[in-house]
Amino acid sequence: MSAITLEIDGNKVQVTDGMTVLEAADNAGIFIPTLCHHDKLEPFGGCRLCIVEVEERGWTKMVVSCVYLAAEGLVVRTRSDKVDRIRKTILELLLAHAPDAEVLKELAQEYGADKDRFEKDPSFCIHCGLCVRYCAEVKQKFAVGFVDRGIRKEISFIPEIAARECNACKECFPLCPTSYLQAAFVLTESLAFPAQQKKSE
Amino acid sequence: MNIETVDEIIDKYRCEASYLIQIMLDIQSENHWLPNEALIRVSEKLEVPVARIQHIATFYKAFSLVPKGRHRVHICMGTACHVRGARRILDIVQDLTGIKPGETDLEMKYSLETVNCLGCCALGPVMEVDGKVHGKVIPGKAGDVLNKYE
Repeated sequence: MSAITLEIDGNKVQVTDGMTVLEAADNAGIFIPTLCHHDKLEPFGGCRLCIVEVEERGWTKMVVSCVYLAAEGLVVRTRSDKVDRIRKTILELLLAHAPDAEVLKELAQEYGADKDRFEKDPSFCIHCGLCVRYCAEVKQKFAVGFVDRGIRKEISFIPEIAARECNACKECFPLCPTSYLQAAFVLTESLAFPAQQKKSE
Repeated sequence: MNIETVDEIIDKYRCEASYLIQIMLDIQSENHWLPNEALIRVSEKLEVPVARIQHIATFYKAFSLVPKGRHRVHICMGTACHVRGARRILDIVQDLTGIKPGETDLEMKYSLETVNCLGCCALGPVMEVDGKVHGKVIPGKAGDVLNKYE
């Protein structure tokens, strides 16, 4: 593991090879907003909110910092007009799905995002994949997964596994940025194993 | 679908997880849809989580998680068929079978689906039943095509 030096917002930062730009910024105490990153999980690149501007050999480009590896001599700007503008639009799109999520509301204020810019499509899930990945990677229970694709993609509990595992765990609940996960669980519970629900009350 | 048939299909691919989609396709073509018990069996034998299988089964349009009729009716809605009156063929078929695209009738006889191009535009309007293409269908003859299948 060799050390590499890069520049983030004007600060020289030293990190080990193989770290992502997001981790490097985190190490240096520079905050980059993200909704789908979790220390215990593999990088996912789902929410795109951690987008930053990087400059390498005179070229600048926009990259998603949670899946972009830090490299020697990289110049990173975590707040520029362009970055802010993109984050604002991403937030507005996410708010169309989950207009009342606290995390989104706070970020919207910071970036001046208008929650009413796009027509509401309250699916409440923003596809950050935290629950799905936490259950698969950390707990290895695979009780919740994605189903369908594109605009119809959503999370879905596997009733047989959820009935067995979830009541004792529920570690994914606090991870959800919109609380939709809890709703999905209660729905599965009441449809597939309501008897257990009564017992636990 | 009995569990032995599922096992046979799985064994044909030597229980290898990399053949997951092929196994699912084989079950689908054998049974016309993927029953939950079959998927759970596949999950156990291949050691692939059910959540992953469900993701794949809902991702590809080739898979169905609900029972399908004995005959699969596909009506082409592609540009060439559309200008030659595919809409009217669809209306007639909907009237005759009493089902909308994506549905299956109560007798489990037909499953109706619209498709976007079958690749034989010169034959438009085209309807396909059980993989057999019927070209230059006129609205009055759509019923005759359906009646060929029991």
